[in-house]
Amino acid sequence: MRDSNRTTQHIALEEPLLFERSRPGRVGYSLPPTGVPETPVEDLVPTHLRRDRVEGLPELSEFDVVRHFNRLAQWNYCIDRGIYPLGSCTMKYNPRLNEAIARWAAFTEAHPYLPDEFIQGCLAIQWHLERYLCEITGMDAATLQPAAGAHGELTGLLLIRACLEDRGEKRTRILVPDSAHGTNPASAALGGFEVVHLKSDERGLLSPSTLRAAMGRDVAALMITNPNTLGLFEEDILEIADILHEWGAFLYMDGANMNALVGIARPGDMGVDVLHLNLHKTFSTPHGGGGPGSGPVCVKASLAPYLPVPRVAREGDRYYRVWESPKSIGRVKAFQGHFGVHVRALAYILSFGRDHLRDIAVHAVLNANYLMARLKPYYHLPYDRRVMHEVVFNDRRQNPSGVTTMDIAKRLIDYGLHPPTVYFPLIVPGALMIEPTETESLEELDRLVEALVQIAREAAERPEIVCSAPQKSAFRRFDEVEAARHPILRWSPQDFPPAWKGTKGIEQNVKGQGHST
Amino acid sequence: MKYPESYRYTREHEWIHLEGDIGTVGITHYAQEQLGDIVYIELPAVGQTFRQLQAFGTVESVKTAADLYMPMSGEIIEVNQEVVNHPEIINQSPHERGWLIRIRVHDLTEFDRLMSAQEYEAYVEQSS
Repeated sequence: MRDSNRTTQHIALEEPLLFERSRPGRVGYSLPPTGVPETPVEDLVPTHLRRDRVEGLPELSEFDVVRHFNRLAQWNYCIDRGIYPLGSCTMKYNPRLNEAIARWAAFTEAHPYLPDEFIQGCLAIQWHLERYLCEITGMDAATLQPAAGAHGELTGLLLIRACLEDRGEKRTRILVPDSAHGTNPASAALGGFEVVHLKSDERGLLSPSTLRAAMGRDVAALMITNPNTLGLFEEDILEIADILHEWGAFLYMDGANMNALVGIARPGDMGVDVLHLNLHKTFSTPHGGGGPGSGPVCVKASLAPYLPVPRVAREGDRYYRVWESPKSIGRVKAFQGHFGVHVRALAYILSFGRDHLRDIAVHAVLNANYLMARLKPYYHLPYDRRVMHEVVFNDRRQNPSGVTTMDIAKRLIDYGLHPPTVYFPLIVPGALMIEPTETESLEELDRLVEALVQIAREAAERPEIVCSAPQKSAFRRFDEVEAARHPILRWSPQDFPPAWKGTKGIEQNVKGQGHST
Repeated sequence: MKYPESYRYTREHEWIHLEGDIGTVGITHYAQEQLGDIVYIELPAVGQTFRQLQAFGTVESVKTAADLYMPMSGEIIEVNQEVVNHPEIINQSPHERGWLIRIRVHDLTEFDRLMSAQEYEAYVEQSS
């Protein structure tokens, strides 16, 4: 914190939009005469496919463009730059070993249309990854097809639906505790189910009595996130599984927080019937814009017949794809899923090995509890219990001086740090949700702690500094309400004349761009 | 903030005002305060019916999104188009101009199972 001015210099540069950098007639190419007769565009493109006019496209040299994007890249905060403590998101280091292996030509130049004999290595990777994921989770079979976590959720629910139809049972409801990930109810609705919310108890956990009261023959499954979004382990998970199974319903586990359990406890042993994993969380593959993600689904044997095709199988030393499976729900993703991500995840698992995989969970949990212990004197802890991989504070102690969670998050930017997740989970008003992950060192954790402690002091003594943050970034606080109520979804020269035509400043432009996607 | 005496309230922070079998529904002052600046609201179509405490729409603020729950079972007979176009009205006048839907109530006895203004005020005080 000695020189926080310097830490934010990368975001203190100004960089105009390409449209504003544009100068009439500037180009980035030099082409020789065509040497053949020119055909008017009207003869080539039908009228209904032609635009009447193209207005305001930027005119730039190659160098202008290269500099522009390099500068934007330097503004970007990323995990390779500093701690990225987003709760519920597991933003951890992507080891370079994974990247190096995923770039081998044997993988990058393989094509999914090649016959099985030509891609034995690729199929072996998928086969082994499936086996390892099943071993780690205590499940019987897996699919690597889903493109990301929520896609995995939908796939898991479609498996449940297929199984219920097969049994001739009509079950319409999915139970979702209020401490689950927000995608769970959305996936259940998309899967054609009615969503019923269950309230967590004063411990922040789902109590068996709440579940019992909601059970009926129309309940298809419970979707539980374990550890839940409060960072707490669902201690009654065995009883919860029993209740569901007594009623003939399934236990779905959102495995997004699996890095708290890896090598220590297995969902399969807890009675879970189906779960998805996020390779881009637990298994360190790139995440958050750097993706793509990957959301494998692991199931118990009862659901295995319904898994998507093609599946990868092995006979002796030969790997092959099984294209037909009578009860399969069919494809959920083109080709073999995000294969490059599978390579990275397998590299990650193998680089730890069986004996050290549990270090992931041990350090993830230790780091979160360290943050809890260090920050507890300064921030209110709504559920004061031993946490797993993440910890949820809120702004109750700062509220009397007018400081909110949003202000605290914005102030962290002035300290050169990425803010944690805010206002989630919804059951904690003003939530400030921090997940350090296992890959941060003690020194990095202390940097975050010192900044947050300093901000707590500022909130008490000089709240106006916190409330007006960020002050050191290129742009001050955006008008998020205005941007959400009146989003400007497309740049146009009328709204924002280029600099050489008008005088509107960059701040205004950026404001208009906020929340546009 | 006073909670109107003639309204009844849900634990999910909706209010209902009854005139005959026609109910006007909105969210409470406490709800809008907790949500912060409301930026978007999704309401059902006229003619749809919902059970008591079934979700009938969603409200989004900069901070969060939340479901809206029916205080009483009934059929939607009118939707406040003004708040759909200008959701800030809900923040400004949650109990009056910021009403969301009008319903034809199916079962008047459900009214008595809702909280009175005093009960709701005590409930809110306890949860904040």
